[in-house]
Amino acid sequence: MTERGIPMEAEVVARVDESPTIFSLSLKLVDGDQHDSYRFMPGQFNMLYLYGVGEIPISIVGDPDQPDLLQHTFRTVGRVTRGFARLQPGDRIGLRGPFGRGWPLEAARNRDVLIVTGGLGCAPVVPVINHVLNQRQQHGRVAILQGVKHSDDFIWRGRYEQWDAEPDTQVLLAADVAGPEWRGYRGRVTGLFEKLELDFVNGITMMCGPGPMMTAAGQQLLERGAGPDRIWFSLERNMQCAVGQCGHCQYGEKFVCRDGPVFPYADIQHLFGVRGI
Amino acid sequence: MERPGFLPRQRLDDLLVLLRDSGYRVIGPQLAEGAVVYRDIGAASDLPAGVTVESGPGSMRVIKQDSPRQFAWANGPQALKPRLFKPAESLWQVQRDAQGRLSFARCDETPQAVAVIGVRACDLAALRIHDQHFLESEYRDPYYARRRERLLLVAVNCTDPATTCFCASTGDGPAASGDYDLLLDELEDGFLVTSGSPEGQKLSAALALTPAPDARCEVARAAVERAAAVQTRRLPPGDLFDRLFAHRDHPRWSEVANRCLACGNCTQVCPTCFCSRERDETPLDGASSVHQREWDSCFTEGHSYIHGLVIRAETRQRYRQWLTHKLGSWHRQFGRSGCVGCGRCILWCPVGIDITEEVHVLMQEPVHD
Ligand SMILES: Cc1cc2nc3c(=O)[nH]c(=O)nc-3n(C[C@H](O)[C@H](O)[C@H](O)COP(=O)(O)OP(=O)(O)OC[C@H]3O[C@@H](n4cnc5c(N)ncnc54)[C@H](O)[C@@H]3O)c2cc1C
Ligand code: SF4
Ligand code: FES
Repeated sequence: MTERGIPMEAEVVARVDESPTIFSLSLKLVDGDQHDSYRFMPGQFNMLYLYGVGEIPISIVGDPDQPDLLQHTFRTVGRVTRGFARLQPGDRIGLRGPFGRGWPLEAARNRDVLIVTGGLGCAPVVPVINHVLNQRQQHGRVAILQGVKHSDDFIWRGRYEQWDAEPDTQVLLAADVAGPEWRGYRGRVTGLFEKLELDFVNGITMMCGPGPMMTAAGQQLLERGAGPDRIWFSLERNMQCAVGQCGHCQYGEKFVCRDGPVFPYADIQHLFGVRGI
Repeated sequence: MERPGFLPRQRLDDLLVLLRDSGYRVIGPQLAEGAVVYRDIGAASDLPAGVTVESGPGSMRVIKQDSPRQFAWANGPQALKPRLFKPAESLWQVQRDAQGRLSFARCDETPQAVAVIGVRACDLAALRIHDQHFLESEYRDPYYARRRERLLLVAVNCTDPATTCFCASTGDGPAASGDYDLLLDELEDGFLVTSGSPEGQKLSAALALTPAPDARCEVARAAVERAAAVQTRRLPPGDLFDRLFAHRDHPRWSEVANRCLACGNCTQVCPTCFCSRERDETPLDGASSVHQREWDSCFTEGHSYIHGLVIRAETRQRYRQWLTHKLGSWHRQFGRSGCVGCGRCILWCPVGIDITEEVHVLMQEPVHD
């Protein structure tokens, strides 16, 4: 049992603008001991605190094998994220974490890995993609499916191209609405399942993104024979405390901050897809 | 079991003085603003003598009788919860220097030791649940912990339950059990005193009580037994999640939502509800900010808000969350129901929604699903 903590001071060391509304900050814990002992697992998140404004849950992107690079990607949507959008290198923020349980890396070993994301939903899976591709020999085939509402929302083109160039790695993109330049698929990300060249029935699927997308995609994978312990989701809920106390992130009997945010379908099937839970 | 001691009513002040001399701030029930509320107690004469409470769904009436009894009512709107889990408190503060560097510090002043008199069986059951939630889960809450460590409990067995009480059906009362230091049984002319902890034993010894004769013990036992027998409301036992959830589209959820004001009174008075929200309060000096926590309720819009979406947008979904959490998910989170049968949510609901009645209707076969 740990005591609920207070934020640690972190410094913004780099900033990258990914799109007009999406930006990434690289952070470094200021205290040397805190910096040295910080470790995270792909799929975990931090509570990031902006002075005088508030604290929000943000997934840790970056590579767990390089915990030095504590990266977070933000989409500017409201009060707190707008404040973060103004930060520049040298600025200080607060950080509590890491929290939650991440992706099933052990279960994915020596198996095919399917990653399905929608919107900025891709942030929580970036570290798992890095991890799997860093340890390429220990995994089977890999497919990365990314869906966006509009082709203009697509970020990290370079990253996807890089992943696509890896051996035995398939990258498939879908846009519900696409401009003339779009070379990917037009339609829902679930429309890409036809084109998969891997074994998701015996492999592991990791998914994150908007609820309806995950419900539809999860349902289709089940119908196509994937078992309920093979499909994993990262869920999003309002979070105030991240330590299982404030009650905001409840999803049935789960506290998403503590028991998740990553869950196998088997653990949440009694709740999955039900509105207003 | 040790034989209880007998404390004549006129010596109740001895107990209060003893507690104060032992360093405790003494809190107890008083009649104020038309209800029994827990406040600082100066003397035994502050206690609500001759008061009984007549309650029903959404209604309550205090009746004064010519009786010396000071605990002949069931419970007030709040008891222990706000003592330990504060309605609002500061968690940490942060200073910002001229270079923009931040330093964080926990707000942790040491609270004074508190003795609460008149704690009921339902409150003790709820306390056990909050101990589990705030002290025994993955993260321990230091704010709750420091107050809990300095809390002394003088419980009272219930003899006069309200019509809204159903602790007998949840197994939590009317006889107090659990973490009390002293337990009182109120008789016409005084109290049986039983100690439940080493601290309680010390206090009881200091009072130098004479052992209570069998006849008095028998009167007290019979009174508590009767307090169980007169309760008419009840809840079905066990984890109701699957049964309620199987009826998740039952028309009753919409029907209750038409009456429910989504005011959250039920979650405020509920001794087991633990939800809170956090926010920053920035003094005008611009160099510091305080991070606060305050009670929240699953009946508010903000509770399930994530950007661009309120997950439980409709009142029927919020009422369903509250009921399925209390009587379902709670079992899976804490190994027991989240309802201790105190009936406060029934009494303090402005439109008189009755949890026992709603459950009863919802558990019947759905009209259609
Ligand atoms: C586990 C987890 C990981 C996340 N990872 C990322 C990420 O990597 N990048 C990213 O851009 N966003 C992420 N989010 C969403 C992000 O937390 C919200 O976009 C953010 O809280 C919105 O804050 P705001 O004040 O700008 O928005 P407003 O709409 O003004 O929201 C007001 C408040 O509501 C709460 N809130 C609103 N939306 C959410 C939400 N989606 N989740 C939780 N609380 C919310 C917050 O307390 C917020 O301050 C994640 C959420 C969760 C639960
Ligand atoms: S979710 Fe609702 S019912 Fe459950 S503890 Fe919070 S306020 Fe109470
Ligand atoms: S975020 Fe507070 S309980 Fe999960």
